[in-house]
Amino acid sequence: MNAFIDFYAAPPGLTAHAAPLLVIGPLIAACAAALSPSTRSAWMISVGGTIFAFWMALCLAGEVARNGVVNYYMGGFAPPLGIAFRIDALGVMFALLISGIGVMAALFSGHTLEAEIMKGKRRLYQSGFLLCVAGLLGLSATGDAFNAFVFLEVSSIGTYALIGVGVDRRALPAAFNYLVMGTIGATFFVIGVGFLYAATGTLNMADMSGRLATLGDSRVVEAGFAFIVIGLGLKAAMFPLHGWLPAAYAYAPSLMGVFLSATATKAALYLMARFLFTVFGPHLDFVGLFLTWVMAPVAGAAAIICSAQAIFQTDIRRILAFSSVAQVGYIMLGVSMASAEGVSAGLFHLFNQALIKSALFMALGGLAFNIKATKLSDFSGVGRTAPWTMTAFAIGTFSLAGVPLTAGFLSKWRLIEAAFAAHWLWAVGVIAVSSLLGLIYAGRMLETIFFRAPVSEERAGEARFGVLVPLWILAAASVWYGLDASLPVDLSTAAAQALGLAPAGAAP
Amino acid sequence: MSFLLGHFNYLIVVFLMMGGLWITFSSRNYIKRMIGLALFQTSVGLFYISLGKVAGGTAAIVLDKTSKAGEALNAHLSPDYVARAGVDGVVYSNPLPHVLILTAIVVGVATLAVGLAIAVRVREAYGTVEAGEIAELDRTEAGPRA
Repeated sequence: MNAFIDFYAAPPGLTAHAAPLLVIGPLIAACAAALSPSTRSAWMISVGGTIFAFWMALCLAGEVARNGVVNYYMGGFAPPLGIAFRIDALGVMFALLISGIGVMAALFSGHTLEAEIMKGKRRLYQSGFLLCVAGLLGLSATGDAFNAFVFLEVSSIGTYALIGVGVDRRALPAAFNYLVMGTIGATFFVIGVGFLYAATGTLNMADMSGRLATLGDSRVVEAGFAFIVIGLGLKAAMFPLHGWLPAAYAYAPSLMGVFLSATATKAALYLMARFLFTVFGPHLDFVGLFLTWVMAPVAGAAAIICSAQAIFQTDIRRILAFSSVAQVGYIMLGVSMASAEGVSAGLFHLFNQALIKSALFMALGGLAFNIKATKLSDFSGVGRTAPWTMTAFAIGTFSLAGVPLTAGFLSKWRLIEAAFAAHWLWAVGVIAVSSLLGLIYAGRMLETIFFRAPVSEERAGEARFGVLVPLWILAAASVWYGLDASLPVDLSTAAAQALGLAPAGAAP
Repeated sequence: MSFLLGHFNYLIVVFLMMGGLWITFSSRNYIKRMIGLALFQTSVGLFYISLGKVAGGTAAIVLDKTSKAGEALNAHLSPDYVARAGVDGVVYSNPLPHVLILTAIVVGVATLAVGLAIAVRVREAYGTVEAGEIAELDRTEAGPRA
């Protein structure tokens, strides 16, 4: 977090309240967007709201770098009685990621909504998007288990609605399935929190963790743990609970593809890491057993099986969606090592994936004006007619496949290093095999886009300038962090430390 | 048997929960699936509420033990229980789970509303809310726009 230590982004009065403003900003913007007079003004409010959230996240990053943890007591009531926001290095990393991707997605949404959302719904669409951002940011900030459920559902309900509003009717059943699965997941999470509340009598995560440590073996706690892990696994598309994801990402309006692929499952992963390491802690027997014998094999299976499934998809967005599930597998593989190296490598990979996936979906969405289809074969030769858009897409694909000099290579490298350090040779093999499979589907996409003759005489032109700007920012970030990864590595290492995992060699 | 009777509230919760989940997974009809989901969520509400109930406890509104209602309540409680757990001679149930579930109910209602709205849109776009027929339509008709 050293990059932020001398970082004073706002006057002290504002910085003191940055934690709630992080959530309130987009929330107020959501109301304003719904009431705004035109599509254009709603878009400007959306961009403004997300930029404000990003600014507040930067303020918090400075505070966290200086003081370690930012505590904010709602209404001045100290926990465990009051509800507290508690932001540590992990929370700040997610707040930066979610609000940063939010800004990019908001910039991107200006033009694409016209092509994809019916007139009259666009202002409400921006409003729903901002609600979703507010919910996810609240999730990264809160220190209260039940509060986390509410924020999770605020963002999810927005998401369900936004997936179903597109022009493709297949999005509707996809949104419905996501709603059913997501609600079951969230309800499982609430049941689990209920068990923990019954056992500890508190909902504050820090307090809960302290009381669980003194409780010893308890069947109630174990049952609560199981409910929470399965519930969040559903939300995070943990293999084999990922059935809802491919259709939801593939048929949703492209703004949702861009934003969700980078943030929604990642936020659920954040909450899972929070519960696994902060609330329960890997020193508990059942948590350690779960990490080694359930999460790690399942993550490995996801990385291989879903990469293989991605190869056989004909719809280009479904390729990316299956690849997303496989990447969740990589991240979970890192987390399941329960070492500082593993978790920080997993989080680093998560950071890169968010940049890559939103760039890829953005490139495809930017062409939605010109290409009214989503099949891979429809994109034949597009690389020649839309070189700027598709070069960014190619950079994203390289990073996804883990080509050297891109961020995706570095995070896979660090995952392999962590696997060696943990003496998990099978995990090294899984990463290698899955990377080869990734190379196949990445190569297949690039081959079709750049080396095939165009299917029709109609030339598919470039994406608009308003799309190219955020797209190239994300693509450039993938390359930049491939050359100089100090910022994401710094963030993810500090985040792993915030989870109580000391790096090897350091005093315990 | 006495164990089961002593935990009858949890039995009801488990019954509702499993019933709701079963309906959600076994039905192909979107409306029925939403009904199952609502039942499932309701069972969690019941679970929380029964967690917060203290035997003989009253609503968490401060009550003077010398008042009429306070005396009426005290008449039902065993004195050693009051001495052990009572505050000022009055035992209160835990109000926090009620408040939590109030929030969860709001979330559940919002989910139900969005789910039913999507079902309406599905009906508009496909002319049916049966999952099997929708999958069939997706296979046969090559993706017309809704």
